[in-house]
Amino acid sequence: MAIIKIKNLEKTYNKKQIPVHAINGIDLTFQEGEFTALVAPSGAGKTTFLNLLGGLDAPTGGSIEIGGKRMDHLSSAERTRFRLEHIGFVFQAYNLIPVLSAAENIEFIMELQGVPKKERSARSKELLEAVGIADKANIRPGQLSGGQQQRVAVARALASKPKFILADEPTANLDSKSTENLLDIMQKLNEKENITFIFATHDARVVKKARRVITLEDGKVISDEVKK
Amino acid sequence: MILKIAWRNIWRNPIRSWIVIMALTVGMYAGVFSTTFMHGWMMQRLRAGIETETSHIQVHLPGFKMAEDVKSYFTNSSQLVHEIENIEGVEAASERVVISAMVASAEKASGIKVIGVDPGKDTLVVNVNKQMFDGSWFKGVKRNPIVIGYKLAQELKLKVRSKVILRFQDSQGDFSGGAFRVAGIFKTLNTGFDEGNLFVQNSDLRSLITISNDSAHEIVIRCDDPTMVDKVVGKVTAKAQGLEVESWMEISPELGYLTETMNLYMYVFVIIILIALGFGIVNTMLMVVLERVHELGMLMAVGMRKGQVFIMILLETLMLSALGGFVGIVLGIVTTQLTAKTGIDLSMWAEGLSEMGFASIIYPEYNLQMVIGVSVLVIFTGVLAAVYPAYKALKLNPSQALQSI
Ligand SMILES: Nc1ncnc2c1ncn2[C@@H]1O[C@H](COP(=O)(O)OP(=O)(O)O)[C@@H](O)[C@H]1O
Ligand SMILES: [Mg+2]
Repeated sequence: MAIIKIKNLEKTYNKKQIPVHAINGIDLTFQEGEFTALVAPSGAGKTTFLNLLGGLDAPTGGSIEIGGKRMDHLSSAERTRFRLEHIGFVFQAYNLIPVLSAAENIEFIMELQGVPKKERSARSKELLEAVGIADKANIRPGQLSGGQQQRVAVARALASKPKFILADEPTANLDSKSTENLLDIMQKLNEKENITFIFATHDARVVKKARRVITLEDGKVISDEVKK
Repeated sequence: MILKIAWRNIWRNPIRSWIVIMALTVGMYAGVFSTTFMHGWMMQRLRAGIETETSHIQVHLPGFKMAEDVKSYFTNSSQLVHEIENIEGVEAASERVVISAMVASAEKASGIKVIGVDPGKDTLVVNVNKQMFDGSWFKGVKRNPIVIGYKLAQELKLKVRSKVILRFQDSQGDFSGGAFRVAGIFKTLNTGFDEGNLFVQNSDLRSLITISNDSAHEIVIRCDDPTMVDKVVGKVTAKAQGLEVESWMEISPELGYLTETMNLYMYVFVIIILIALGFGIVNTMLMVVLERVHELGMLMAVGMRKGQVFIMILLETLMLSALGGFVGIVLGIVTTQLTAKTGIDLSMWAEGLSEMGFASIIYPEYNLQMVIGVSVLVIFTGVLAAVYPAYKALKLNPSQALQSI
């Protein structure tokens, strides 16, 4: 089932009167349960694309439909609500609130959603177990390794039971072992729980694991292949 | 949890937060303590003024206060005093004969107000008798005793038992006078009062100015409860037909305005301190927002509403300000309580103070209203100082904020 339909998407930045066509006409469809890598060199428009998809920014042209709902028609406040309810984010680094413990970081999202307290702590425990760091529940991000922080970030992204998770170069700051570890966890979540992941990356290790690889160049899709 | 985050955020940079807290503590400490200090000082002056000089209520013929004319006496005075004493809320009343006179010793002469009192009753309305420097309140001299102020005694080189000549007009307009002997010398907090007033027995004075034993210029009334003065004024007015009845506020308006004016000054002082501190808080919180742009972007990206981000910054600022402010206020009150009993001796610097009727040992005193007022101002400053930084955070665009490191 298609959960994201993108048509003729455009994003143009006007930097000192010189227009930068960061996204220059993209048509794509994503299915539920995908494990997809968007691959491109730096500056090709990966982050811009994910920001549009995640409703952090509004496109300057084209349309995005998520679960039958037009994203490009929403106001900024409506997009915030939509992000909270339907989209999980994992960024390159500094994903977490430094003054909250791992468990509190996860529970905070659910509190924003209005989930009752009991359910929050039960679910955060469950999620930390799923990403393999249940023992770090009461530790603040500063005391966690980069790999552990990213795992908490994945757990946090899952907390709101989103339709899909957008991850912008989640492994860029990690060593091979942590990368391997994080990818295994995400793969397992994808296979067992049918969670949809879309990565922006230029990391070969991520590309190797992806089942679909979309290549961007200068804000356009230049190849889109599904592995057998 | 927003409250928890805001609270913990304060301690992310403990040194910076402590500096803000200390600044507020010192500022509010200074504000509160100088307020209680000044308030105590003014209250002392106010109480001394009432206890020693005016008492609570005075009754005169209309216009007497302006002219202090010897002819402005009223009759049936003892009957009136008796009636006033029976009014509910009146503790005591005392009739007086009051004239202007020239006082002369062997050395010098000067103009003065002569107050003829019933030595027994007058001590029930004012307490000059408790402030005797030498001699006693009308005891020890048989004929024409007089009680004078310390300052006047110095000027005229008078001692206990010295002879004093008073010259004045009698009620017929003829020149009159009499010889008195000093029974006692009083010394109050107000040198001006000591210099300009002296006391004789009203019976002596009546015969010298040829008015009947039943005449007086003034009735001085002390109330049971100082806060009920206005009510008693109304009751006395009903009894004292054709006479003017005034509270101490009307008799010495400068006493009444003293505390009000000082309170106003102190508020202005505290507000100035808070404005200065407020800019410091704004500056600190702007730094905080600037440092956390990425984090704020992340928070908005994962679904925190802008309003919630605003409140988070607001709470952080408010808690920071309140912490410093309240520590300062509490310290100020504690210092006030500690010094309230011992007093603070200013006599080293304050020769001129007693000339104006002010004590040179000050007993700080706080009033709850003022402390509440200052606390509200601290909170208000915190909110005001938070608005701009929180607004800055509000204006962040999540996608751009995330790109800044
Ligand atoms: N806020 C912005 N204002 C102006 N130009 C931008 C902005 N964000 C990105 N760009 C430009 O858009 C292009 C795509 O950037 P980005 O999406 O960050 O690429 P990637 O994530 O693939 O490195 C780049 O040329 C970048 O300079
Ligand atoms: Mg990028």
